Amino acid sequence: MSNVFIAFQTTEDSRPIVESILADNPGAKATESPGMVKIDAEGSLTVKRTSIEERIGRAFDLQELQVHLITISGHLDEDDDEFTLAWPN
Amino acid sequence: MDMKATKKLGLKDRYRNQTRGLHWDTTYQPMDEVFPYDKYEGIKIHDWEKWEDPFRLTMDAYWKYQAEKERKLYAVLDAFNQSNGHLNVTDARYINAIKLFFAAIPLHEYMAHRGFAIAGRQFRGVGPRVACQMQSIDEIRHMQTQMHTASNYNKYYNGMHAVHHQLPRMWYASVPKSFFDDAITAGPFEWMIAIGFSFEYVLTNLLFVPFMSGAAYNGDLGSMTFGFSAQSDEARHMTLGLECIKFMLEQDPDNLPIVQRWIDKWTWRGTRVLSLVAMMMDYMLPKRVMSWKEAWEIYFEQNGGALFKDLERYGIKLPKCALQGIEEKEHISHQLWAGIYQWNFGTSVHSWVPSDDELDWLSAKYPNTFDKYYRPRWEFWREQEKTGTQFINTGLAENCQVCQFPMLFTEPGDPTTLCHRETHYKEERYHFCSDHCKEIFENEPEKYIQAWLPMNQLPQGTCGGGTLEGWMEWVHLVPGQDNGNFEGSQDQANFQKWKGQVTGNN
Repeated sequence: MSNVFIAFQTTEDSRPIVESILADNPGAKATESPGMVKIDAEGSLTVKRTSIEERIGRAFDLQELQVHLITISGHLDEDDDEFTLAWPN
Repeated sequence: MDMKATKKLGLKDRYRNQTRGLHWDTTYQPMDEVFPYDKYEGIKIHDWEKWEDPFRLTMDAYWKYQAEKERKLYAVLDAFNQSNGHLNVTDARYINAIKLFFAAIPLHEYMAHRGFAIAGRQFRGVGPRVACQMQSIDEIRHMQTQMHTASNYNKYYNGMHAVHHQLPRMWYASVPKSFFDDAITAGPFEWMIAIGFSFEYVLTNLLFVPFMSGAAYNGDLGSMTFGFSAQSDEARHMTLGLECIKFMLEQDPDNLPIVQRWIDKWTWRGTRVLSLVAMMMDYMLPKRVMSWKEAWEIYFEQNGGALFKDLERYGIKLPKCALQGIEEKEHISHQLWAGIYQWNFGTSVHSWVPSDDELDWLSAKYPNTFDKYYRPRWEFWREQEKTGTQFINTGLAENCQVCQFPMLFTEPGDPTTLCHRETHYKEERYHFCSDHCKEIFENEPEKYIQAWLPMNQLPQGTCGGGTLEGWMEWVHLVPGQDNGNFEGSQDQANFQKWKGQVTGNN
């Protein structure tokens, strides 16, 4: 199974997003480089709106991710509640 | 950031309304007359409704988030300016890496802006039209933010005053220029493969992710910020490129051989352009995040490998050129920096022989090749510099008719022999750097015989009269100021002087 990944700029806004992803995706691994953090996971990875909202204490629109996002790998499926990256094979 | 909005419809419904509800088929004129360009490449589309943009971005959300990105970016650029941020970089040598970036990238962001505006008009399906429109606006934003960042450096350092003038004239700037000229003169589907798929999905990570992380590591707040800000749009662009591939392959089995040939062509063309980034990462960043080889393995071999494995279900094969790319990851940065160094009278960047600790870093990162092929050459050239006999190559290398690089890359399997291919077409001889560039030419000879190659023009006298002095004037290169060695340059002296003013009171 191939890895998917998602990378964010290291900012105060992206910290709770990264925490949520690591909590919701056991096996996902974060690697920090200067200015950025990249999260790799085998097969698929899901970002959940409610997990982020629990951490930041306000409503969060998943499309806000785009302000902090650097790159992704995998097929994307996004709706109001979840942002999922996956390789189907 | 507080962006709570009252939702009336879900994301999928909002996207569907925008990309389906706003469209109509023309009746006064046939659709083929209104959209004359989306069939001639041979791609068969039966149902444009099947196009799905996974980001499902609507225009209101697009403007809101793009505005937020701009506010963040310009706050950083203002702070950079106000605090003399250019003096916080690790070493003035670093500035040559971004000189090369500004010479090669912003004007091509502008070409990408134009190309997506054109493709957005040419597709009859409303889904790709909307996505191309957004990407077109993104690309002009990238050009503008990069130029604004460059201007903060251009005030203080040499070599950035004429990037637009130099684009078709400077021998290394014509490399990315030919890539974008080639893509924008293709049809809309090939454009999407060239830029959306090969460049954005397969290769852009190599430009914006490790290199921009390198900018951060070298204290260049401005470049890091525009780089990551641009890259935040790239995630959407990559998705568009991947969606376009899937869409074409799912619509008709006859599309497969056309798509495969475009993937082969554009993966190679992109790989060649990125040799410039390889050199920047291995030689031009005083502090390095990772080697080109490591970046290539993560972003091409692993990430690109996952993608090609996924596309196997449609019958797509890994491009043949990928194997050569994998072999060349151990070589290209060393070969290209050697080219810049030996022709550095004709560059608007400064160059240098790596220091001892840099040579050691390269030996450690390239255990299979560096000590055997490249370290002895750098040590020899350093000795020559010490004795006042620096190696300057006043001969001109031939340009490859397709990628326009000088013939400085070596044979597959033999890094001690320069690679040279040629073919005959209509009683003319054409030269290539590789089997892959030759194959691209042979598939579309009428296109590539029109290529304007700066080095081939020089002896014809069309570039300043045929002398080196005339060429420099023609290319707007100021000798002794913009070109040559970093050691002893005006940039080096100014940086030291200004840095002294920052840390002292005199």
